[in-house]
This record gives sequence, C-alpha cells and structure tokens, in this order.
Amino acid sequence: MEHPKASMSYIPGQPVTAVVQRIQIQKLRQDNNLILGFSIGGGIDQDPGQNPFSGDKTDKGIYVTRITPSGPAQDAGLRMGDKIMQVNGWDMTMVTHDQARKRLTKKSEDVVRLLVTRRSLEEAVKQSMCPKP
Amino acid sequence: MDNESTYSGYSYKSSHSRSSRKHRERRDRHRSKSRDISIRGDKSVTIQAPAEPPLDAESTRGDDRDDNWGETTTVVTGTSVDSISNEDLTRISKDLEESLPLDWRRYLGPALGAVLGLFALVSPLAFLALPQLLWRDTLEPCGTPCEGLYISLAFKLLILLISTWALFLRPPRATLPRFFIFRSLLLALVFLFVASYWLFYGVRVLEPRETDYRGIVGYAASLVDALLFIQYLALVLLEVRHLQPAFCLKVVRTTDGTSHFYNVGYLSIQRAAVWLLDQYYSDFPVYNPALLNLPKSILSKKMSAFKVYNLGEENGTNNSTGQSRTMIAAAARRRDNSHNEYYYEEAEVERRVRKRKARLVVAVEEAFTHIKRHQDDEPSASSSPKHPREVMDPREAAQAIFAPLARAMQKYLRATRQQSYHTMEGIINHLQFCITHNMTPKAFLERYLSPGPTLQYLDTSRGRQWTLVSEEPVTSALRQGQVFSLRRLDFSLVVTVTALPFLHLGEEFIDPKSHKFVMKLQSETSV
Repeated sequence: MEHPKASMSYIPGQPVTAVVQRIQIQKLRQDNNLILGFSIGGGIDQDPGQNPFSGDKTDKGIYVTRITPSGPAQDAGLRMGDKIMQVNGWDMTMVTHDQARKRLTKKSEDVVRLLVTRRSLEEAVKQSMCPKP
Repeated sequence: MDNESTYSGYSYKSSHSRSSRKHRERRDRHRSKSRDISIRGDKSVTIQAPAEPPLDAESTRGDDRDDNWGETTTVVTGTSVDSISNEDLTRISKDLEESLPLDWRRYLGPALGAVLGLFALVSPLAFLALPQLLWRDTLEPCGTPCEGLYISLAFKLLILLISTWALFLRPPRATLPRFFIFRSLLLALVFLFVASYWLFYGVRVLEPRETDYRGIVGYAASLVDALLFIQYLALVLLEVRHLQPAFCLKVVRTTDGTSHFYNVGYLSIQRAAVWLLDQYYSDFPVYNPALLNLPKSILSKKMSAFKVYNLGEENGTNNSTGQSRTMIAAAARRRDNSHNEYYYEEAEVERRVRKRKARLVVAVEEAFTHIKRHQDDEPSASSSPKHPREVMDPREAAQAIFAPLARAMQKYLRATRQQSYHTMEGIINHLQFCITHNMTPKAFLERYLSPGPTLQYLDTSRGRQWTLVSEEPVTSALRQGQVFSLRRLDFSLVVTVTALPFLHLGEEFIDPKSHKFVMKLQSETSV
C-alpha cells in the first residue's frame, strides 16, 4: 500500500485534500484566562524542517506539539502531532505562528471547533476503503 | 556673618490712610508682577523662626487677595490700563523700593576674616623682625640652615598669599541668616593658633631676649606650616566636602508648579538654600502672574446657579453655615460642565497665540530681509552713484526695521501675557544685538517665543530678598525627609530633601567571543 504521506503535503496550485476529524473544545477558565490545554508549533514564518510530527518536511502548517493531560483538549479528543486545518472556519494551513495563536485565543469565543488531521486517519480511511485481501 | 534678620519693611503701608488702600492694593498687584525686574543690591536670605508671626506685609496681602479677586484679573488683562501701568510701576518701584539696609553689614564678615588673615600672614615676619630690631647685637649669627629656612618661609608665604587670594577673596554672594559654621570655626581656629603662637613667643622669646636666632626662625617656619594646614582644612571644609552628591532636592514653585530636581552634597540648610537659588535663577522660567488662574467666568458659574431663601428663623450664624452647606451640596449634585468651557477656552487661547506667533514670525522674517551687512571691501563701482546707499550703524538699522514688526510683536506679547517684561527700548536693544552678531530672525525671536529663565529679566545691579522658612535650625545638615521653603512676597519654593540611594555595583565579565546567535524559527506557544 502506498504511504499516504503525499496527501497531507502542499502542492502549490493544487487544492489541499485531507481526511479531517472535527473536534470541539470548550475553553476552560483559569485565573482570568481561557485556556485550551495544548501547545502549537509551526507556521509559515517558522522553519518546517524542525517539525517532528510532519511527514513532509516542507509542511508549514500548524501542529499540536504538546497536550496538557486531562485538559479540555485531551478530553475533546485532540492528540499530539495533529495538524490543525481550520479553527472556527478560519484556515490554518497558511498562517503565521502568531496569527494561529490569535485565532485560537480569542477572548470572545469560549468554544473552538477545529478540523484536524493525522496520519492515522488517512490510514484508517484507506484501510476501510481497500479491505485487506 | 550677620545673624540678624533683614525684613522687607513695608513701612510706607502703615503711613498711608485707609481710604487710599484700594488704590495701593492695585499698585501692589503691579508691583508683584514686576517683582523679578525691580531689584536690590545682593541676595540676602533671612531666617523666619516658626514661632514668629508672619511679616505684616504678608498677612495684609493675603487678606486683600481674597477681597479684590475680581479687581486683579480685570487690571491685568485690560488693554487700556496696561499702557499706563507700565510707567506707573517703574516709577513706583523706584520710589518705594526699600533699599538694602546698610550696605556695610554685607562686608562685616569678610572684613573680619580679612583682618585676621592679614594678621596671621604678618605674624611670621614679625617673629623674624622683632629680635633683629630689638636685640640685634646679642643674636647668634646663623649661617646656611637659616638661609634655607628663609627661602622656604618666603615661598610658603607666597603660596599662602596666592591661595588665599584665589579661595577667599571673593565678593560675597549671599548673606546668611545664621553663622556659617565652618567659616566661623576656621576663623576661630586661625585666631587661636596665631594667639597661642604669639603667647609663646612673648613668653619664651621676647621676655628673656632669646639669642638662638635659628630657633626663632624655625618657630616662624612652623607657624607658616600650621597656617598652610589650616588653609588645607578650609579648602576641604568649604569647597570640597559638598562636591560629592548625597541628596536630591526637589524644588517646586508654589504658584505654577514648575519643578526641578538637583543633586547636592553634604550641606547645611542655609548653604543648600543659597546654592539652590543660584540654580533657580537660571533654570526656572520666569514667574508670570498673569498666566496663572482660570478665567473667573469659568469658576464663578458654579456658585451663582442657586439662590437660597431663608424661611422662618432669623438666626444669622446658624443660617449662614446651613446655607453654604446646602449650596455646596446642591452644586455638587448638579451636572458640572465647567470643564467643557475650560477646554474650549484653552483651545481658543492656544489658537489665538499660534496665529499671532505666525504673524510675528512672518513680519520678522520680512523685516530682516530689508537690511544686509555692508562689506567694506566692496568696489565702489558696484554701488552706482545714482543710488547711494546710506551706511548705518547697528542702532539705526535696528530702529529702521523695528517699525514693521512692532505691531505684530506687541500683539504677540499681549497674547502670551509677556508684555510687562519687554519694553520697546528693550526690544530695539535686542534687535540691535542680533543684527550686530549676524543672527537670523529665528535667533532674534527665541527670546520672545518661550519664557526664559528668571535671570534673563534681572537687572543684576541690585539684590534679591528671600526668606528661608524651616522647622529646623538652618545650620543643621541636610537629612532625608526634610522640608523647607524659600519665600518671596508672591510665591515660594518648597524644597523636599531625599537621600540618594546607596549603590551596590556588581561586576559581570562577558567574553567578547560569547556573543553567538541562532535563528529562532521553531517556537511553541501554548494556548
């Protein structure tokens, strides 16, 4: 079976296709801040070669690098290494690191609806489509 | 060194009749405005012990200020009265200005010091001369060691003379209210030294007619050495000790809030006050009483909105307090719009000032284009005989170009309330000065566009009278948290003393090779 790496990378001029999972996280209020319970890395202004989670080392998307145990993100189903494609309808595949942070930490919203993708999703879909002989 | 207080005696006030009091108050208002221009012989700082009742002039002035509040503002801002008041106040200030009491008092202290110093300098010579004069025959001849001592004596005396002239023979700049402790200590020390030397000389040399001349010369040399050491002590106490900064003084002028911070060393309160006043004259912008108050129109609207009627009781005192309280409460509850008026009034004034400034700048620029410097080495053929150019000296040139800018200048000075500080004569003088030194119009205008330091408006031939008000004796040293004030008739400077912090200076060595950088491209943010 072909390795599904290629489907997550970005080919200039082609639309990005990915299998995504919807995750809805309720922000938790802690000391006058609203927190989600995970850390992000990546962005178009960052160095993609240092990203340990991406398959394609030219991928400049936003990845989840750390999850606070028993935080709102973990409870909602977010896992380390997920690539965030959309936040509340805003695209996250071509944003700077700071823009991504701002989209996630808007004080006026207390719920974020993410579209995330991970390699295991691709594989699961592929497996379900082509059952093993 | 006079320890007497010198008052500014308004004795004329008591001699006038009460009926002309109002007119006198008016003139006093002008006088207070011109306070910085009319001057006395030197600065004298007088002490005001806290238990003393305030000077008579101060108390009456304070009362009248409340009574004649409205009158003050009308007089200052009215245009027609201004032209009269200028001559008025110059005349009055010359007539009624109290002269500094008895000039000789100022020189009493230095004279005493000078006499003592002279006596001390002459003593070694007297020690040497007296045996030669009185019992020359019986003196033992003294060879080379004496000559060495003579030379050293001569040079040491010369050095003493020169350094005394350099350090101490300066005209006094201020008279202090109390004894200047260090100076009097030193004078006492010098006196004691010289007196004890003379005592021993009289007992041991003059009486028994001592024949050992070398010993006498050595004795005189030791006196000169002692004098040199006393001078060293004087140098350290009077000139050097207060150089290292130890305190920070905050000086605030009570009338308009201008403040400055100064660093001083270890000084007594009175010496710090004198030093501070020196800085005041060159750092603080001149006090302009016309710029102070909110226009009466803004403040008075508050009070006149409510009228209170008394129904029933005729008990006077009870009603008045109740009345004022209700008025204040009602005024507080009412929606207060006076800040709005203040804001618009301020904006209007500023706009007017800017407009007049623009007119002034343009007028001055144009005026300056009318003249140029005449070069002597211009070939005579260039100036055609048909238009002989009249060669003027700076004064005439200034007068020639003054006319077009006079009006704009006057309007601008009126707008910024500076008209009392600059007379026409003064402006022409300044213009002449600027032309002589090839200044541009902007340089000419810098004097008028911003209120300069007080020193600029001062006529330094006369002194200034200040009163030092302090809760502690003025010869005590500065300390953290002290407050004292320097008062003049219409404003005062409040001084707060804070100690400069002790500095812990640490050391950190950085290897120049350790400056290395990496690109920060992978950042992780937690959300």
